[in-house]
Amino acid sequence: MMRIARLKVRRGEGEAVPRYDEFAVPFEEGATVLDALLWIRVHADPTLAIRYSCINANVCKTCTIAIDGKVGYACTTRLVADRQMTLDPLPGKVQLRDLVAETRPSQSD
Amino acid sequence: MRHLETDILIVGAGGAGMYAALGARSAGAESVLLVDKSLFGRGGATVMAQMTVAAALAEECPDRWEWHLEDTIASGRGLCEEDLSAILCREAPARIREMDAWRVGWARRDNGRIAQVTAPGHSRPRCCYVDFLATGPAVAATLRRRVARESAIRRIDNLIVTDLLLADGECAGALGFDLAAGAPVTIAAKSVVIATGGLTRIFRRNSASANMGGDGCTLALSAGAELRDMEFVQFFPIGHLAPRLVGMDPIMWDPFRYKLGGRLLNGAGEEFLEAYGSDESGGYTTPRDRLTYAILKEVAAGRGSPHGGVHLSFTHVAPERLDEAFGPVIARLAKNGIDLGERPIEVAPIAHYHMGGVRVDSRMESSLPGLFAAGEAAGGANGANRLSGNAIPEALVFGERAGRCAATRARRCKSAWRPQIASRAVDRLRSAAALRKGEIAAVTLLEELRDLMESAVGPFRNESGLKAAVERLGEMRRALAAVAIAEGGPFNPTLADWLELRASLLAAEAVARAALARKESRGAHQREDFPETDARLAKTQFVAMNRDGEIETRFAGQSA
Ligand SMILES: Cc1cc2nc3c(=O)[nH]c(=O)nc-3n(C[C@H](O)[C@H](O)[C@H](O)COP(=O)(O)OP(=O)(O)OC[C@H]3O[C@@H](n4cnc5c(N)ncnc54)[C@H](O)[C@@H]3O)c2cc1C
Ligand code: FES
Repeated sequence: MMRIARLKVRRGEGEAVPRYDEFAVPFEEGATVLDALLWIRVHADPTLAIRYSCINANVCKTCTIAIDGKVGYACTTRLVADRQMTLDPLPGKVQLRDLVAETRPSQSD
Repeated sequence: MRHLETDILIVGAGGAGMYAALGARSAGAESVLLVDKSLFGRGGATVMAQMTVAAALAEECPDRWEWHLEDTIASGRGLCEEDLSAILCREAPARIREMDAWRVGWARRDNGRIAQVTAPGHSRPRCCYVDFLATGPAVAATLRRRVARESAIRRIDNLIVTDLLLADGECAGALGFDLAAGAPVTIAAKSVVIATGGLTRIFRRNSASANMGGDGCTLALSAGAELRDMEFVQFFPIGHLAPRLVGMDPIMWDPFRYKLGGRLLNGAGEEFLEAYGSDESGGYTTPRDRLTYAILKEVAAGRGSPHGGVHLSFTHVAPERLDEAFGPVIARLAKNGIDLGERPIEVAPIAHYHMGGVRVDSRMESSLPGLFAAGEAAGGANGANRLSGNAIPEALVFGERAGRCAATRARRCKSAWRPQIASRAVDRLRSAAALRKGEIAAVTLLEELRDLMESAVGPFRNESGLKAAVERLGEMRRALAAVAIAEGGPFNPTLADWLELRASLLAAEAVARAALARKESRGAHQREDFPETDARLAKTQFVAMNRDGEIETRFAGQSA
């Protein structure tokens, strides 16, 4: 039987009252939260906004979000199959859209 | 609509773009605008590089830039633009020493000298690095700090440059889309520098970041500038394939294979390189293009590993030596369930670097006056095959030069900007960005694009595959108008996908058409139907867009 990972993902623009969408994603050994989010964008909902760049290397640090309330990298946090994971944008920042918050580390503009 | 004015616009804030900004400043530029579609200094390949940087510093043994040039030209298989290669090799030591003074932290020997190792294709130890596998992050962080100190360099993140704007046949600025604001921005500039990096993201198996879809080539091509060497995409032979590895660069195996003599084995567990004429008994010496060839032939012959590559084995290496060589990496591998003493891993060729790009002269200016290019986005210095360790110095050296020359031009000329020059591109962008119900999502087409490029325009090519690819790419280009776009606002991912798709399709078509027209095999371009190198084709191929928006190729010496 194919194992499934369940994600509850915060949606919506700006500071509006949060809404969550639930997604079921095929679970593969070793897969990451970012893998699951990319799967969702291709197979379930292309309108899901996420921020990432380096995908495998874990050097760009742009994929920081809150995973079950704890701040972490989507690209290194492993997916779990047995319970739902809740994803929110980085707390304490201006919320832009879905999982994207204003996370510019240095900004002159 | 938001409008910005600057003397010098730099598109892309990787190694080349950040160095260009610094180069422009040291040449006296007073207003520099550095934009990136991702976050400043984090979006491209520079921050991801883990290996080495080549420069004839002569720290370990006598070396001269002319010898570095000899190796670069030999590797380029007859196609290096030697003026550009010479600039790269001659100026690399100055950039590397400058970075040293800026405390990038090059690894040093006990005697205090900068450590240099011999990477494949180099005749002597010439490649420096930052421990541990931290070359790119250290280079990017150092440049970010230097740029941040300069108040004359204005930085804007999350801004995708979508079109270059021309006035009187010269580049006079650009149109961009501010993703965070969800709105277009026009930018007037006297000089524009393309530093957008490579295009390897358009292939299924790649080492790229999300932002390496070939935007620079498309921007230049659409504005009427010439590209060159587009057919030459370097596939890194032993990219990581399986098991799933996160938190590591997929090309990390190279130095370990080099240091420890990792063995390449086919699916049956046998060594196979010798059958392809490579004798590695004297060390790890097979050049990248030959290695890619041998691995894929082995897979095609049905002798591959379970995931479609080959095995890389360190099981013959003593555990102490593994611990010593891999250091902290052993623990990171263990987290991924990888125990090198126990089992081999699987590797396969992955698209890693693009030799081609915007055609530039020795001032880094393209065939379009006012438009400069640097870094991986510029072509020529590496010919048909890049020597390892040459890409970071290329980004630094050409970046600095492009910035300096862009500043010289900006000082001499007046702004040619008029609001009208933006109106057509703005209209197009506005209508593209408008809410649109559609059957197809851009992400779906991007997935198809990657599969298509991998199978038909990848490491092995033939006429029928290339023709079919060109045709399908054209159809996909025409389908752009029917792609669905979600409600606007900040960070509209469907619009970002659409812009990526539009740019990548054109870049992909330029690669495919150039590959189709080069009827021989040379360096990174391998044709199954023309397996030999043809001495008469030791010529650069240029790519340009005609008035009807079609992409045309011609060999040097043929009239445009
Ligand atoms: C995983 C990996 C490892 C590597 N290891 C090595 C190595 O060890 N040694 C070596 O010499 N080379 C290495 N290379 C190659 C080398 O890193 C690159 O060639 C070099 O860093 C390119 O620098 P760049 O500044 O030209 O481009 P990049 O660093 O890629 O930067 C380009 C920037 O442009 C931005 N951009 C793109 N399009 C747009 C647009 N339309 N609008 C605004 N911004 C845009 C991107 O977001 C990105 O930030 C490696 C490459 C990879 C991918
Ligand atoms: S995507 Fe780069 S650190 Fe996570």
